[in-house]
Amino acid sequence: MTSGESVTVAADRKRPRGLAAMLRSQMRNIAPFLTLICLFSFFAVASPSFATLDNFGNILTQISVTGIIAVGLTFVILCAEIDLSVAAIANVTGIAVAYFTLQESYVNIANVPMPGWAAILLALALCALLGLVNAFGLTVIGIPSFIMTLAMMQIAAGVSALLVRGQIAYKVPPLVTTLGSTSIGGIPWIVIVAALMLLGGHLVLTYTRFGRYVYMVGGNREAAEYSGLNVKLILGSVMVISAVCAGIGGMLGVAHFGSAQQNEFDTYLLDSIAAVVVGGTSLFGGRGGIGNTIVGLFVLGVLNNGLDHVNIDSFLKILIRGLILLAALIINVYAQRLRERAAE
Amino acid sequence: MSRGQQPILELHDITKAFGGVEALRGVDFALTAGEIHGLVGENGAGKSTLMKIIAGVHADFSGRFVLDGRETRFRSVRDAHAAGIAMVHQELSVAPDLTVAENVFLGNQPTNRVGLVQWRRMAREAGEQLKRFGIDVDPMSRLGDLPIGLQQLIEIARVLFSGARIIILDEPTSALSPPEVERLFATLKRLRDEGTSIVFISHFIEDILRVSDTVTVFRNGRKVAETAASETSKPALIEAMIGKGREALEETYTHDIMLPPPTDQPVVLNANGLTLAGRLREVSFEARAGEVLGIYGFMGCGQLELARILFGKIKPDLGTLAVAGNQKAFRSTADARRSGIAFVPESRRDMLFLQEPVYKNVSISILDRISSLLLKPSRERAIANRQVEQLRIRPAAVDLDLGMLSGGNQQKVALAKWLSYPPRLLVLCEPTRGMDVGAKNDVIHIVRDLRAKGLAIIVLSTEPETVLSLADRVIVLKRGAVVREFANEQISKDRLLEAA
Repeated sequence: MTSGESVTVAADRKRPRGLAAMLRSQMRNIAPFLTLICLFSFFAVASPSFATLDNFGNILTQISVTGIIAVGLTFVILCAEIDLSVAAIANVTGIAVAYFTLQESYVNIANVPMPGWAAILLALALCALLGLVNAFGLTVIGIPSFIMTLAMMQIAAGVSALLVRGQIAYKVPPLVTTLGSTSIGGIPWIVIVAALMLLGGHLVLTYTRFGRYVYMVGGNREAAEYSGLNVKLILGSVMVISAVCAGIGGMLGVAHFGSAQQNEFDTYLLDSIAAVVVGGTSLFGGRGGIGNTIVGLFVLGVLNNGLDHVNIDSFLKILIRGLILLAALIINVYAQRLRERAAE
Repeated sequence: MSRGQQPILELHDITKAFGGVEALRGVDFALTAGEIHGLVGENGAGKSTLMKIIAGVHADFSGRFVLDGRETRFRSVRDAHAAGIAMVHQELSVAPDLTVAENVFLGNQPTNRVGLVQWRRMAREAGEQLKRFGIDVDPMSRLGDLPIGLQQLIEIARVLFSGARIIILDEPTSALSPPEVERLFATLKRLRDEGTSIVFISHFIEDILRVSDTVTVFRNGRKVAETAASETSKPALIEAMIGKGREALEETYTHDIMLPPPTDQPVVLNANGLTLAGRLREVSFEARAGEVLGIYGFMGCGQLELARILFGKIKPDLGTLAVAGNQKAFRSTADARRSGIAFVPESRRDMLFLQEPVYKNVSISILDRISSLLLKPSRERAIANRQVEQLRIRPAAVDLDLGMLSGGNQQKVALAKWLSYPPRLLVLCEPTRGMDVGAKNDVIHIVRDLRAKGLAIIVLSTEPETVLSLADRVIVLKRGAVVREFANEQISKDRLLEAA
């Protein structure tokens, strides 16, 4: 009884009561959801072709590659780090898997044909290796992730350039083609892969020891270290996870687009970061998760798709996307501030 | 009101509630020009809340606020500043990457006509101000490179020389060495004689008695006593603070104790010739099972670094560590933890996850022992519940965010996370700093229980009372070297201070 009383006392003292206060503390999760509902309602009213089942399928397909990349990025951002090399790693992995596949005779690339499974394994090894380099730079040398992955972005772009030398490759291993560009029971495989990877990411973050460590390192790195966690190992791991997710996204993306070439994934950097952050995962680490990323993906997907349906000036579209991202960042920082004030 | 003057600041019937709980209930408080007014009370008694009302931090309260005979209401810290009221908060708030001079002039750097900062003038004036305060540092050096005690003094100096006529100091001496405290007190007295009013909050009742003219005691949000400092005593104040008989405090305030004869229990940790450039010189000692080794020294004596070497956070330049006879070169804190070493740093913020529930804080260091790949939240909660019960952590709700607990209870959680699977060696930095008497006693009992269970414990502190109340054997660090060891002999605060 006494302890029960003191619980309410302590909770009351620090937490302003009432629905308004509850909403404020949940702002991080509510705001992105409201944004999504607003955007969806707007486009549904503005365009008759938007709110259809067919179009919903389109949106799902359109956000799949971003979604796969965003899984790994969510881990990185939860640790209060950033990975700017995801799009470049996606690109180089997609190119690598094509490089190790026999191309048609008219494709003028000095490639090294291999069996499909070997090509896939080599491509995965490549993205894991690039992730390891990121991890090494961040944890062993101590380069801030922002700068380290900026360099990696250039390195991966350079490897891409060397592999294709300005040419375009078309063939990828059959497994990749199947997962990237075919459907089963009317559902595109790429949507299923994205959904499974998002689910996997969520399970890892929520139910495994490693996931807990990710949140704790992001929440207070100093405290994690003084609790005897191997902070460097955890930070290194998330960089590798991010690179491998990007690589998988890149391989399926190449199959989805039907070609492998340079600069193919450039827009995915901003999109995947935006999806994570718009969804409400804190840039300061420790708060958010895959659930937020999924909402963020839909916000971006609905926005991109909807803007096409209302037939807006395509140049204005870029500006609008930028403004929406800015609004999300403002909410992100604002939500953090509200939380900190509540914690005082 | 020792000088019998009109008060410059009067608060009448102040009530302040957070949520549903009243932190202050009908408090009257008055401050006269040229007095030093000491405030004492346990954690959560309402001292800091009252001071934050005066400093404009809390604008939302009921009661009358009268400044210079006129009723006023501050809406922000800025209003308070404009009225000449400044406060040094308990937690250091300096800019470590700026120079000393910039920190001294933070917010009002001298500028020339076009608005450029006059660096030379700023450096000169900062240097002069600090020298008046007895601090001799290069004003252009980076503040973060200085020892914490010095940083705290510089922050205090900034406020003292800001021209404010009402200055509030919340626990200013906790990180200062005795000579630094002397300098601070001398400056406070000089400012008082020049007509400044000073409010001084401290857990160190000797300090309060030495420097204050008037002492006010708070308990549970009420003012319970106000007397002239010359007419009261430490036991009387403590009694007013906690409202219990004096016998409850004897353990904490023992000053003359006999250290027990050395134990022949096995050596758990052997430190040999630990050296860290500029910080530690050939520090050697051993810690035995079932024994509390106290390491005492002033701020900046190298304690902080020594503790971090023991937990693998810093690598020593020279010297070796052996745990239970095996040589160890820790590459990370995780290595040290796996060798059976537990560590609690001196700052709560550095060891706790305030945004996470209590049970996650308790389980973080033992997750690899209680779960493999998948988490077992029910087991975590059960373990946390057991610890909460044993350590009497309040409120006893393991799903509550840790940030909602009081400071003393947070400190207990920091201990609790190491206790479910007792380590071989527990390294505690400043285990009772900033705690009220009750919480201190709790910690002392916890440490004694652990010793009885056969743990080796190392307590590092700059507070003699902490070391005296806990240690079986004491080594004294001075400028990075061991200068004295006390074992199996009479020891007192005086002898400890003398050695350091």
